[in-house]
Amino acid sequence: MSTSLRTEAGPYFGDFGGRFVPESLVAALDELTDEYAIARQDPAFAAELMELHRSYTGRPSIITEVPRFAAHAGGARIILKREDLNHTGSHKINNVLGQALLTKRIGKSRVIAETGAGQHGVAAATAAALFGLDCVVYMGEVDTERQALNVARMRLLGAEVVPVKTGSRTLKDAINDAMRDWVTNVGTTNYMFGTVAGPHPFPAMVRDFQKIIGEEARQQVLDLTGRLPDAVTACVGGGSNAMGIFHAFLDDPEVALVGYEAGGDGAETLRHAATITKGRPGILHGARSFLLQDEDGQTVESHSISAGLDYPGVGPEHAWLASIGRATYLPVTDDEAMSALRLLSRTEGIIPAIESAHALAGTLDLGKQLGPDATILVNLSGRGDKDMETAGRYFDLLDKGAAQV
Amino acid sequence: MSTETGTHPTSGMTSTVEATIIRRRSEGGGALIGYLPVGFPTLTESIDAAVALAHSGVDIIELGLPYTDPVMDGPVIQAATQQALANGFRLRHGFEAVAAITAQVNVPVLVMTYWNPILQYGADRFADDLVAAGGAGLITPDLIPDDAAAWMGASTRTGLDRVFLAAPSSSDDRLRQAVDASRGFVYAVSTMGITGARGDVDSAARVLVDRLRSVGSTSACVGLGISTPEQVREILAYADGAIVGSALVKALADGGVPTLAALARDLAAGARDLRPASSAPTR
Repeated sequence: MSTSLRTEAGPYFGDFGGRFVPESLVAALDELTDEYAIARQDPAFAAELMELHRSYTGRPSIITEVPRFAAHAGGARIILKREDLNHTGSHKINNVLGQALLTKRIGKSRVIAETGAGQHGVAAATAAALFGLDCVVYMGEVDTERQALNVARMRLLGAEVVPVKTGSRTLKDAINDAMRDWVTNVGTTNYMFGTVAGPHPFPAMVRDFQKIIGEEARQQVLDLTGRLPDAVTACVGGGSNAMGIFHAFLDDPEVALVGYEAGGDGAETLRHAATITKGRPGILHGARSFLLQDEDGQTVESHSISAGLDYPGVGPEHAWLASIGRATYLPVTDDEAMSALRLLSRTEGIIPAIESAHALAGTLDLGKQLGPDATILVNLSGRGDKDMETAGRYFDLLDKGAAQV
Repeated sequence: MSTETGTHPTSGMTSTVEATIIRRRSEGGGALIGYLPVGFPTLTESIDAAVALAHSGVDIIELGLPYTDPVMDGPVIQAATQQALANGFRLRHGFEAVAAITAQVNVPVLVMTYWNPILQYGADRFADDLVAAGGAGLITPDLIPDDAAAWMGASTRTGLDRVFLAAPSSSDDRLRQAVDASRGFVYAVSTMGITGARGDVDSAARVLVDRLRSVGSTSACVGLGISTPEQVREILAYADGAIVGSALVKALADGGVPTLAALARDLAAGARDLRPASSAPTR
């Protein structure tokens, strides 16, 4: 292969990326870009981050082979990368520790973050507590209701949670309000963006902080099986866990990369979050990428049972990988995801996050296509504890009142 | 200097916006630029409101296109544009409004829009349709010159104005880039923040205008946080224009066109009379 796909550093990934932001933010984005460029060359920065990964997060995360689950996937060999076992329960901690260290280097004392499911918000609040930073988390009012436990976790960790009441009152509006805060308080505040979207340098920087997932998993799978997997799968909302596990495999053309988007009620309906499957190129939150929009370029509200995938945009590097055919993106419905969530729980004793269950559901189909000789590596990006209320309602598992019916 | 006569060096066409600002400056005051969103509270009323602004002494109208994700806007404008979208605002209403306003009054109308709607419409097609409607150009709050190649081409070809933003945090190189890329005026962001009335307009505005002058700006207008005639007067002591948005939108929301027109007249008085505030007539 003549050129590497792993060296893309932004601002553009093919036609996607860039900076479509108010001028007021450009100086802060430039500062972040410059400081990150210095930090990533600094062995002390890398050493400090690695030590946090080891002694705080619990990295490297293990891989787990799941044969009883795989029996439902045409007998293909299925291996889970266990980001659910990280401190705070998802891959989001990888990114916030990097960005919190960077915030300290830049000398700012306050961090802000947006959150959908609450996983990035919890991770940001955690890192802020660890580093002694003031923390404000913007969260759509709809999401504060469906993820009330994560709101309590963030507040317990000392963060201020601001319910966002504008627009669709979900993740996209939380990002808008976080950007407004940043424009106003940029002198003291760093924006710890949660995914591989947004204006440069966030897509490349967040990917760099997450690519440890794939770097570990690639070697772990080689050690276990003696060869590379035939496919690597992950769920895709904004796309940080997927970029994190895909990146190490970009230059292995024999490894298929498949991202599963939230199909909601069905990608053929109007209620989904299948951005690459059903959207078209445009600008949202500072970058050119695929998004769900109407004829006039107004952003369309997305729908998913999973708050973490309920986002009408996607990171520009995914848009690029889709456009050059290096990765494939397919929709998975709410029902398919919930069914996979229950299957993994019952066959392997692992309750995944609803987000990650989209990747599991897609993998069940993929395994049947690839057959019993195939090996599939799945990013189990988070654990399902936060989703018990949603799952309880979905499967009718909750007792009504005090009486056992 | 071609800019002193309001003629753009590359297109050779006159910018009516710049000519208006120069005329007001030569009369000893400065330009008053008033923002209203299309479709708030309804399309018809938003047209009437913009016409009333012109009749009340506003020199240049900034007509906002409602957008789902307006990151530069504060609560007042967000609420208004959200209502316009809920009422069924479509991009074509923007052209209808520009045409209806310019048919009734002789003030330049700039359209303020986030970039994605233009990108989807097509920059060239949008420019042609805006010219046909009688519009003067665009103010683009989330488009920086670095990523504006398509718009630079379309605006140069059609002679439309292009107003880029300059911020207190912008480097000198970026200020120079904004001045060089802009036509009509440069939008000097008075403070680090979003739209919305503020008690005090930051002293950062004066410093920013001085810095814009030093990199060659002859047409710098200050916006964000301006709501009173006193603030307009204070800003026009050093800037070429003052931009008022949220205060006008709030007046329209609170009391309809009569309340809006009364505020506009007060603001216009502030733009004409640059005597110190203590000797100015009280309202």
